[in-house]
Amino acid sequence: MSVNDGLVVVVLAQAVLYGTPLLYAALGELLAERSGVLNLGVEGMMLFGAAVGYWATQRVHGADAAVLVVAVMAAAASGAAMAAIHAFLTITLRASQIVSGLALTIFAGGLGLSAYFGAELDLATLPATQQFASLDVLGLADLPVVGPILFDQSALVYASWVLTLLVALYLGRTRWGLNVRAVGEAPASADAMGINVTGYRYVHVLVGGALAGIGGACYSLSIIPNWFAGDSLVNGAGWIAIALVIFAFWRPGLCLVGAYLFGGLSALPAALQAHDVTITPELLYSLPYVMTIVVLVVVSTGLAKRRLGAPAALGIPYVREER
Amino acid sequence: MIRIERRLEQPKWLSVAVPIGSLAVAFAIMAVILTVTGRDPGHIFRQMFEAGFTGNGAFSATLISATPILFTGLAAAAAFRMLLFNIGAEGQLYLGAVGASWIALQLGERGAGSTPVYVIAMCIAAGVLGALWALIPAVLRAFANTNEIITSLMLNYVAGLLITYLIFDSASYWRDVSTLQAQSFPQGKPMPAAAEWPTFGSSVVVPLGLLIGIGVAAALWVLYSRTRFGFEVSVIADSPRAARYAGMRTRRKILAVMAISGGIAGLGGASQVGDFTYTLDPTGLQGAAFGYTGIVVAALARYNPFAVCLVAVLLGGLQNAGFTLQGPDFPSGLVGVMQGIILFCALGGELLIRYRVTVSRRAKRDADSGPAAEAAR
Repeated sequence: MSVNDGLVVVVLAQAVLYGTPLLYAALGELLAERSGVLNLGVEGMMLFGAAVGYWATQRVHGADAAVLVVAVMAAAASGAAMAAIHAFLTITLRASQIVSGLALTIFAGGLGLSAYFGAELDLATLPATQQFASLDVLGLADLPVVGPILFDQSALVYASWVLTLLVALYLGRTRWGLNVRAVGEAPASADAMGINVTGYRYVHVLVGGALAGIGGACYSLSIIPNWFAGDSLVNGAGWIAIALVIFAFWRPGLCLVGAYLFGGLSALPAALQAHDVTITPELLYSLPYVMTIVVLVVVSTGLAKRRLGAPAALGIPYVREER
Repeated sequence: MIRIERRLEQPKWLSVAVPIGSLAVAFAIMAVILTVTGRDPGHIFRQMFEAGFTGNGAFSATLISATPILFTGLAAAAAFRMLLFNIGAEGQLYLGAVGASWIALQLGERGAGSTPVYVIAMCIAAGVLGALWALIPAVLRAFANTNEIITSLMLNYVAGLLITYLIFDSASYWRDVSTLQAQSFPQGKPMPAAAEWPTFGSSVVVPLGLLIGIGVAAALWVLYSRTRFGFEVSVIADSPRAARYAGMRTRRKILAVMAISGGIAGLGGASQVGDFTYTLDPTGLQGAAFGYTGIVVAALARYNPFAVCLVAVLLGGLQNAGFTLQGPDFPSGLVGVMQGIILFCALGGELLIRYRVTVSRRAKRDADSGPAAEAAR
C-alpha cells in the first residue's frame, strides 16, 4: 500500500473535494455580504443549482466537456434567478433580509422548488450521464502526498482556486471592489460619492446566487453524481458556508482554509468506514455541525468583538430618504 | 414618479387587508406557474380546497396538520418578536418528543393509569427539554455574542442525528427490542394506552394538542402585550441601545425568550407523541419539517399569537391537501413552493403597511420649481 492510499492523504484529498462546494457558496455569500446584503437562502440556491445542473447534463448533447460547461452555467443562472427574488424583496421592497433569506431557503429547498423540479422532470430515475472526472493537468498526480491532494482533482476544484484569487484581487485591488466595500460599510457616503448603491447590491447578490448555484452543482456533477428527493444532497452545506464567511472574517483567502477544514470533517465518516474504523456514525455525521458552532463561538468571543471584517451596513436596507 | 415614504401611523385595516391581498397575489403567481408547467390551476386549487377543508373528514385532518405548526409557529413568533432568530424549533421539537416519550414510558413502567397525569408530565418534560436545547444558542448569543441563527440551525441537524441514534443505532431506552421483528426493523417503544391524548368533537375531531396550543397563544399574547416583561422585550427589539440605557437586562431577556420559544416548540414534540404517533418516530419527525414551516406561519402572522392560530390552520390545510393529493397530478414540493411564494408576497406586502407608496405626476412640477429651474430663470 503506497503512502497515497493512507487514511490521512485520502481524507485530505477528500477535504478538498468536499470543501469545494462550500468554497464556491462562501465566496458568493461573501460578495453579497460585502455589499451589505445578508442572504440566508444559500442552502436553497445550492440545492436548486444542483437540480438544474443535473438536469442540464441529461438534456444537452455534445462533447462531454461542453455539456459540463453548459450544466455549470445553467446551475449558475438558476442560483442567480433565486437570488434575484431575494434582491428584489430586500433591496427594492426593503423587506427583512433575514426573513426573506429564510423564505428563499424554504421556497427553493428540498421541500419546495427543487423537489418540484426534481419530481416534474423525473430527475431521481435518470442515471447520471456526465460528471467531472479528475484532471491531471500538470502530470503531478502521482507525487507522494501532494499529488492526490492537489493535482488529482476535477476542473471545478482548479477553477475554485482561480476564483478565490480573483475575488481577493477584485475586492482588494480594483476600483469596483473598493466601491463594493464602501457600499457595504457606509452606503450613505457611497451614495454621496455617486456610487449606485442599489446597482452594486443587485449585482453582488446575483453573483452570490450564481456561485451558490455552482456550489450546488459540485454535488450533483462531481461529488455525488445523482439526484435524491429531499435535501439530502446539500444537507446543510449552505448554512455551513454562511458560517464560513463569518469564520473567515469576510476574507476570501480564509474562506478557502475554512472550506477545506469543513470539507475534511464532511469527508471523514466515509473515509473512516472505508478503513474499517468503527465509530458511531451519528457522532461523525454531527461533527461538521458541532464544529461550526464551536468555531463560531471562538471567533465571536475573540476577534469579532471588535467586529473585525463585518461590513458595518450588513443587514440594513439602504433608504436614501432616511439616512 | 413613484414615491415611497414611511408611514407615521399604520392604519389597523391595512394590517388585515395587506396579508389577504398578498395571499391573493400569491395564488395568482402560483396559477401562472402551474399553467406554464402544463397544469390546470383551477382544477388543482379546487382539489386542494376540497382535500384541505370541505371534503369528508378533511377539516379534521387539517387540524392534525395544523397542530405541530401551531406550536412551532408560536415558538418562532415568541423569539422573532425580540429579533432573536431562533430557527431551531425543528430540533427543539425533536427534543420535546424525546422528553415526552421518556416520561410516558417511565410512568407506564410504574403503572400510572390516569391520562391527565400523563398529559401534564409529558408537557413538562417536553417543555423543559425543548427549552434546554434552545438555551444552548441562547447562552452562546448572550455571553459569547454568537449568531443564534446559525447555531440554532446547526443544532437542528445534531438533534436529528440524536433521535436517529436513539432508535436506529443504539439499544437506547426509547427503542423497542421486545420482539424479533422490532430488533431487525428498529422502532420506538409503544407507549401505554393511558398516555394517548384525548380528542374532542365528533364531526370535526379536535386533538388536545391544538387546544393546548391555542391556550399557549393566549398566554403568549398576555405576556407580550400586557406585562412589563413583554414591554421590555419590545423595547429591546426596537432599540437595544435605549433598552440598555434604561437598565433593562438584555442578557436575561435573551435567555428567557429563547427558553420560552424552545419550550413551546418542545410542547409541539409532546403533542406529536401524545396526539398522533404514540412513540418516538425519528423518520416521521424529520420528514415533516415542522420547524421550518413554523417560520412561515410566524412570518405570515406578523408574529401575532392569535394570527398564528389562524395561519396555522390555513397552512395546515395546504399541507394536508399536499399529503392527500400527492401523486402524478400533484408533484411533491408543490406545497413548499406555494408556502415560499405566499411568504414572498407577504414580505413584499409589508412595504405597503410600513410605507405609503404614491404614484404622482408631481415630479415634473417639482423639477419646474426646483433649484435647476430657478437657476435657469
